[in-house]
Amino acid sequence: MSEINNRAWFLVLPVLVIVAFNAIIPMMTMVNYSVQDIFGPDNRYFVGLEWYKELLGDVELRNALRRQVTFSSLVLLIQVPLGILIALTLPQKGKSVAFCLIILGLPLLMPWNVVGVMWQIFARADIGLGGAAIAALGIDFNYSRDVLDAWFTIVVMDVWHWTSLIVLLAYSGLRAIDPAFYRAAQIDGASRWQVFRFVELPKLAGVLTIGIMLRLMDSLMIYSELVVLTGGGPGSSTSFLSQTLVKKAIGQFDLGPAASFSIIYFMIIVTLCFVFFRSITRAQEGE
Amino acid sequence: MTEIQMKNLRHSYYPNPKTEDDYALKSVDLTWEEGLAYALLGPSGSGKTTMLNILSGLLTASEGQVLFDGRDVTRLDARDRNIAQVFQFPVIYETMTVGENLAFPLKTRKVPAAQIKDRVGFIAEELGLTALLGRKARGLSAEQKQRISLGRGLVREDVAAILLDEPLTVIDPAEKMALRRTLKSVQLHLGVKLIYVTHDQHEAMTLADRVVVMDDGEVVQVGSPEELFENPAHKFVGYFIGTPGMNFVDCALDGSDLVVGNARFALNGAVQTLAGTSKPLSFGIRPDFLSLSEARPGRTIPGTVTRVENHGDEQIIAVDVGGAQMLARVEDHVRARAGENVHLNPDPQAMRVFAGQRVVDLPRNTFGDLT
Repeated sequence: MSEINNRAWFLVLPVLVIVAFNAIIPMMTMVNYSVQDIFGPDNRYFVGLEWYKELLGDVELRNALRRQVTFSSLVLLIQVPLGILIALTLPQKGKSVAFCLIILGLPLLMPWNVVGVMWQIFARADIGLGGAAIAALGIDFNYSRDVLDAWFTIVVMDVWHWTSLIVLLAYSGLRAIDPAFYRAAQIDGASRWQVFRFVELPKLAGVLTIGIMLRLMDSLMIYSELVVLTGGGPGSSTSFLSQTLVKKAIGQFDLGPAASFSIIYFMIIVTLCFVFFRSITRAQEGE
Repeated sequence: MTEIQMKNLRHSYYPNPKTEDDYALKSVDLTWEEGLAYALLGPSGSGKTTMLNILSGLLTASEGQVLFDGRDVTRLDARDRNIAQVFQFPVIYETMTVGENLAFPLKTRKVPAAQIKDRVGFIAEELGLTALLGRKARGLSAEQKQRISLGRGLVREDVAAILLDEPLTVIDPAEKMALRRTLKSVQLHLGVKLIYVTHDQHEAMTLADRVVVMDDGEVVQVGSPEELFENPAHKFVGYFIGTPGMNFVDCALDGSDLVVGNARFALNGAVQTLAGTSKPLSFGIRPDFLSLSEARPGRTIPGTVTRVENHGDEQIIAVDVGGAQMLARVEDHVRARAGENVHLNPDPQAMRVFAGQRVVDLPRNTFGDLT
């Protein structure tokens, strides 16, 4: 190999530097912390994998993970079908299209903690419109005291905040379908359900995969809204992985356990997303 | 087998059409006979697709009727008519196998499973899809997909006609021939009426028993390919069919003669017919029926060669005949050079006179039956 060719490696250098600073170095810092017991800057001890062993047996982490999986599955199961359904009922042309899309897009533009504050007030039985409406039906509704009420509130909030994402993706996918497909189905005598199952759904597979992945990743990372809305309570019934991590890292200043928790958290997200992605794409290929 | 009739059919895409120009189809009266292959030929925007969609029921005509064997189906939805359609781009159900695709139209009509299996097997054999029956339809070539779309029409035994909307557009040239052969053989074996929309005259001429030529929302002529070539009823048919198209030169009556450029032709008693029309007259002849000869007054048209195109076994010679150009298709051994003065000798049987756009019906011996 000639010298000139080897110089080309320098062109890769900027990327290496950027990746190092934004991913590898912080990540390695975490790994470094996670294998030590730290009392102060000059007072720390190497403990090996002890924190990991402890955490994997930790009930708090396991419960948080269980709640996290329940929450993520719940919101995906609601948002994906609901989003597709709304996309199917949206008008296809005319002035109302822009209007509908803007209305639907609004929740997506709101910052997470603003959404939290909105729902914190909205769901209150004494002064919030939503909470008061439920209370008026004769139901004793209190999301800060009752576990079910709290779950109900956060799921509805997340559905309100994010269903539009699926709607917009599905809508764009539907618009891209050539009218000839609908005509052919009509001539073949297909029912509305068959048109959806054999024409629309296969054509939506691509955008839906992206939508589901985005929603899955986001729901696994949910934090701000819950801090504002329920603070993880009542008790720790709505504490998911993020809250539990913050409680450990900031609240108790356990840098070692917090770092190992972070790494486990990260691995959980990566693994879940990867497994999920593979199973979706495999299902599509296998169809 | 069904005879399809269209009566006073008009269609406009506007809700309140005012002028004739608002109509995409202007008064169509047409009978599609049983068991024949039809080609619907015309340039883009001539109303072919509109006509097809009205036939299939995807569109309801604004005025007039569509009758299947006398039964009025004008307002019937595509689902309820026994019509199938093949689109320009192959339309298949991607998640199904080839076999499931073919079975789908029967399944939706609740045909018993055993019957579906037999019919799908039979049609797959006919279309050369048997080996692919178990394959996913998604990964196949455009040509194979187009066979599947055709098959979804053919599996329905009650199908009255299969409409094909320029089905060869996206097919590789190498595979076009094979698909065209399949279409022809399917038509012969199954006796299904095919209605084939195209703007390619060669496709129309090779596939169809009858060609329906459309222009500007009107059917200008219906006939066999030979008829359209030999007796175009409308100038447009003359232009559109044949390569190069028919020659048209303005002409005028002078006493009992017809003056074409610098030539005069005696009209054997047809003067009355021609004098009766107020529309501008033009003389039409196909390049195939012109030859070069010595000057023969009353028989030949003098002119100057402006261009010679050699096409291998034949040549196209452009001749200026006094302000207008005529093309002649002659054999390759005929010597002609640009600038040369020549005499064009038209076949008297092939000479036509048009008044406005329409041909004037003249007796066969008008220009003499001698050569």
